[in-house]
Amino acid sequence: MYRYDEYDQAIVDARVAEFRDQVARRLANEITEDQFKPLRLMNGLYLQLHAYMLRVAVPYGTLSGTQMHALAHIARKYDRGYGHFTTRQNIQYNWIKLAEAPDLLAELAAVEMHAIQTSGNCIRNISSDQFAGAAADELADPRPYAELLRQWSSFHPEFSFLPRKFKIAVTASDTDRAAIQLHDIGLQLIDRDGVRGFKVWVGGGMGRTPMIGHVVREFIPASQYLSFCEAILRVYNRYGRRDNIYKARIKILVHELGAEEFTRQVEAEWALLEPLALDAPAAEYARIVAQFAEPAYDPAASDRLDLADPGFALWVKQNVHPHKRPGYAIATISLKPVGGIPGDASADQMDLIADLAARYAHDEIRVTHSQNLVLAHVRKADLHALWTALDAVGLATANLDLVTDIIACPGLDYCALANARSIPVAQQIAARFADLDRQHDIGELKIKISGCINACGHHHAGHIGILGVDKKGEEAYQLLLGGSGAEDTSLAKILGPGFTEAGIVDAVEKVIDRYRSVRTGPSERFLDTYRRVGADPFKEAVYG
Amino acid sequence: MGEDQQPVADAAAPPETAANAVILSFRDAPAYEGPVVALADYAANSNTAAVRVEAGEDARSLIPHLARLRLIEVAFPKYRDGRGYSSAQILREAGFTGELRAAGDVLLDQMVFLRRAGFDSFAPARALNPAAVAAALERFPFVYQNAADGRQPVWVRRNG
Repeated sequence: MYRYDEYDQAIVDARVAEFRDQVARRLANEITEDQFKPLRLMNGLYLQLHAYMLRVAVPYGTLSGTQMHALAHIARKYDRGYGHFTTRQNIQYNWIKLAEAPDLLAELAAVEMHAIQTSGNCIRNISSDQFAGAAADELADPRPYAELLRQWSSFHPEFSFLPRKFKIAVTASDTDRAAIQLHDIGLQLIDRDGVRGFKVWVGGGMGRTPMIGHVVREFIPASQYLSFCEAILRVYNRYGRRDNIYKARIKILVHELGAEEFTRQVEAEWALLEPLALDAPAAEYARIVAQFAEPAYDPAASDRLDLADPGFALWVKQNVHPHKRPGYAIATISLKPVGGIPGDASADQMDLIADLAARYAHDEIRVTHSQNLVLAHVRKADLHALWTALDAVGLATANLDLVTDIIACPGLDYCALANARSIPVAQQIAARFADLDRQHDIGELKIKISGCINACGHHHAGHIGILGVDKKGEEAYQLLLGGSGAEDTSLAKILGPGFTEAGIVDAVEKVIDRYRSVRTGPSERFLDTYRRVGADPFKEAVYG
Repeated sequence: MGEDQQPVADAAAPPETAANAVILSFRDAPAYEGPVVALADYAANSNTAAVRVEAGEDARSLIPHLARLRLIEVAFPKYRDGRGYSSAQILREAGFTGELRAAGDVLLDQMVFLRRAGFDSFAPARALNPAAVAAALERFPFVYQNAADGRQPVWVRRNG
């Protein structure tokens, strides 16, 4: 894992001091709320329906056990004993007092964490593959590149007042677990002719105008990816729309110029930037790589796994993935127990997971964009003990990527923008499909729920997407089918007229029942069936 | 998930030009006080030494004329409009060493970014407290990336 050196620590400490000063000036009314708002937003502090919400960055979703313990402590001391893991691989606290926020940031800084650029019109937290450094199918660990992007983008003088927020994702596998084609910039690490570099997508995104990113470069050498990103950002900063907040994302610029013309402008800009040698030296990359050194694996770790316990066997089948190293596995901890709030974890659960990570997983934890947690390096021999400990506290739900593993935004329960509640809908769907045998029979099915068109719940990328809308003052829900945020990225399409809260749960069940009757067999996923048969059979099932 | 997705109501609009602003300069030479012409009115064959670039205008069009310019003023109609940072970077990258002035909605908390992007003179619509500016500029001891101010990124310090 990356550890701060004296420079990183000094910068983060300075940021805490700066924010303390800004809060003091605000509390003394020396600056107006309008002037203060962008300052607090660039420190992740939002004013929500009931209180301030603080979003803490978890760079590329990686945490140490010590950091997780600190997050638990913060949940107890500054919040109501829990936190909410988000689709940006971050954590949010929903009940923060402004006057206490500087102390909270100081406690984060003490464990090498911050809330820098977790909101505002700047480059946000860099996201990545939650299996990075462990996946059997990756080219190399993408996180050193993500860390270098984190540093380069922190307090970037030219790109801190962009037209709109800007999100970058980095992966190193053909299997896309980070939805890179739905980011402002998506980077996939690849090799070409013996040179390491990136394939570059630009202009993907969800929100109210969902778009899939365009490839603007088939290959940029890794030694120049920062300056190439600089060229993309400069074209966006200069020409992205600022007249309409809803048309200000880079995807609209790419769309309006056309991908070809946008690419031409980026290349023209990069031709001017390349001679300036703005990139980090190779030595800096090597320094960061060294910090992501592999953990001290047990060379004698065995591949044997006793699956006699059926509950354990089911969890292994669903929540455990292959590791690149013999005798090891990747375990996902579901934060989607039936009846729970997707992504929520109590302080006690965070402490327990931190302890389990220290004991069984080389003290490392990952946050996934589907709001679950991952222990990336677990000896297969330890899986049963891990599962037993998780099961004792309700954290061993064997539902990864199944119908109850639902992404949901905070919705109208917390968010000032929402039109409708998301969490109760997720809970009702989960309750409807609580039977694990039924879930496993249905197979991979990703339901994603947003409480408004801003799409924080990624409904455009849901195999089944649900969008909360306001219909003459009543909460209503639209049903979308066929989205994907994986390497086969597609945008879900609205099936037909919307539903009430009870109606949407029934409609989801009808869709799933129809899928079961028309699929070629249990190995054909819902998404593949939908792509094969189209929307009509589902329309008929729901509206017929 | 946030209020930054809401349209922001504009605060009382600051004056677009800073005709009466107190100039805050970080240059050794005195700030240029002569007439400033709009980029649209600038003719290369004129003897004008100062040009103003609005937020949406292409600073690159001045590159052939940099040697004869003493001042380029870049407009910040709203502090949230970050186009001027790119204008400054572009002009400094092209070798402009004259006075580069940020004019308009220039606030204390933008000063670090503005200085790094190459501005060395400021015409804020609302006066800034020089002591507060000095403190803000000294707050961050290190920087993470190259910019027009030429400060060494930490990646140079770290790797000697």
